[in-house]
Amino acid sequence: MKKVRFQSGLTPYLLLLPQLAIVVVFFLWPAAEAVRASFYLEDPFGFGSTFVGMDNFVDTVTSTDYSRVAKFTAVFTTLVTFLSLGIALLLAVKADKVLRGASTYKTLLMWVYAVAPPVAGLIGVLLFDQHVGPLTDFFGLLGWEMQIGVSYFDTAFAMTATAVWKQIPVNFIFFLSGLQGIPKSVQEAASIDCRSGFRRFWTVTFPLLAPTGFFLLIINITYAFFDTFGIVDVIVKQEPGNNPVTLVYKVFLDGFRGNDLGGSSAQSVILMALVFILTVVQFRLIERRVHYT
Amino acid sequence: MNRLQLSDHLILIAGVIFMVVPVLFAFATSTHDAITIYKSGLQYLPGDKFAENYETVLFKAGGFTKEVNGFVMLKNSLILGLGFAIGKIIISMLAAYAIVYFRFPMATLCFWVIFCTLLLPLEVRILPSYEIVQSLGMVNTYSGLIVPLIASATGTFFFRQFFMSVPDELLEAARIDGAGPWKFFIDILVPLSKTMIAAIFIIMFVYGWNQYLWPTLITTEESLFTLVRGIKQITQVWVGAQIPALNEAMALAILAMLPPVIVVVIFQSWFIKGLVESDK
Repeated sequence: MKKVRFQSGLTPYLLLLPQLAIVVVFFLWPAAEAVRASFYLEDPFGFGSTFVGMDNFVDTVTSTDYSRVAKFTAVFTTLVTFLSLGIALLLAVKADKVLRGASTYKTLLMWVYAVAPPVAGLIGVLLFDQHVGPLTDFFGLLGWEMQIGVSYFDTAFAMTATAVWKQIPVNFIFFLSGLQGIPKSVQEAASIDCRSGFRRFWTVTFPLLAPTGFFLLIINITYAFFDTFGIVDVIVKQEPGNNPVTLVYKVFLDGFRGNDLGGSSAQSVILMALVFILTVVQFRLIERRVHYT
Repeated sequence: MNRLQLSDHLILIAGVIFMVVPVLFAFATSTHDAITIYKSGLQYLPGDKFAENYETVLFKAGGFTKEVNGFVMLKNSLILGLGFAIGKIIISMLAAYAIVYFRFPMATLCFWVIFCTLLLPLEVRILPSYEIVQSLGMVNTYSGLIVPLIASATGTFFFRQFFMSVPDELLEAARIDGAGPWKFFIDILVPLSKTMIAAIFIIMFVYGWNQYLWPTLITTEESLFTLVRGIKQITQVWVGAQIPALNEAMALAILAMLPPVIVVVIFQSWFIKGLVESDK
């Protein structure tokens, strides 16, 4: 905190007013409303609502549909997180090492950051399309007849591949700037002590990158949960029937299509609790990182 | 050493191919006619229908009501991206200034109220948010599209971090010279934050431009569609079409990604600085 500060009556309140107004109306109110609605059973035609206590939560958690979606979300999140982190780390290490063309590689590897998830989904769905998709042709040569939208596994595969593709740039940027932040003297000392580049990476570089890695882990989990909505929506083409969807997509489906207000709200509240835990972990990590540097 | 360098380059080239080729396919496909694509799949070489396809997508009215075309959507995307970025920067700079530079009762409370928004993304409170915006009569308006997105305090958090790193001596010197809070803000703090503002502007512009779920819910009138929102419409039009106009779909996808990609590539160093710093 600053040692010297202004002390002038109304000014700070005026400065804070726009932000606070927006937060109260568009954040606190809807969040409170979600929590309230999760304890009520709403009449689908809008004729009032009944207090049902924890029923919505019990119904949600015990439904087979929910546990199926939750399982898929867990697998999807794990795969997307580790694949995109792994590929990005490999590319960042190499991009940090090469002398020629480093900035060209950097630009070409990071620009996909700016592509919107549904646009990525649209390209993905066409590349894997049964009739026109070149990737489907490619996998066909290997004896795998892909059927996006029909086969659960194939759709999940296309979804994961697209989500990984979209997330690599962010991880790449963070890893590369993390690598460039490691003092040259440390790397030189290590290269005198140890000839094997691979061992040097695991014993010196990797531990120094760990704070960035932990931080990115949270970012990626949040991404796989929430930001993949556009990808999921385009790839399942509004026909979620038998297709894999994520938990966030289910909140949307049950709330807007199924008109199940209570159930959708209960799912929202469960997700809120999850994000809350993730964010607390993230804040503690940030504190630690700031402490070290 | 030379062989090591070669394998590094090969891995990087493989990475570049993985990142770039899908978009090359999209672009090449957008320059062919629909029948070629229908017959022989997505194209990887450019065709001769570039001008024709992009002209159709940009200026020919489409959709159900025939009052939307690519140009209108481009305009709406621009309004959303710029409105979101500018609105967020102004609002969050003011709030961060108050939190860092003022001593007032309830400062801690205000701080926590604002920062608890970092805990919950819009997606988890989507249904009640929609209902509230609806009850305020803001469905199908630009303000209904932009303002609720500003509620998250990422920008405020970012500027707070930056203001904390500004040396205290500046404020002391300014106060000795008789500068009040507004003068200090406008004449010293804002010019000092220029690079930071640019960096956060780029990130927020891309974020706003790429919004999908919220515009999908809030804009049902086609004249308010953004390009990214229009993607949903494209996929719906396919169902039932005999020969789907994949060339036009891809042209629209390219249009939707072009402006944010250009911004990110041109202002790369600012953008990376902002991204890496803001999440610290």
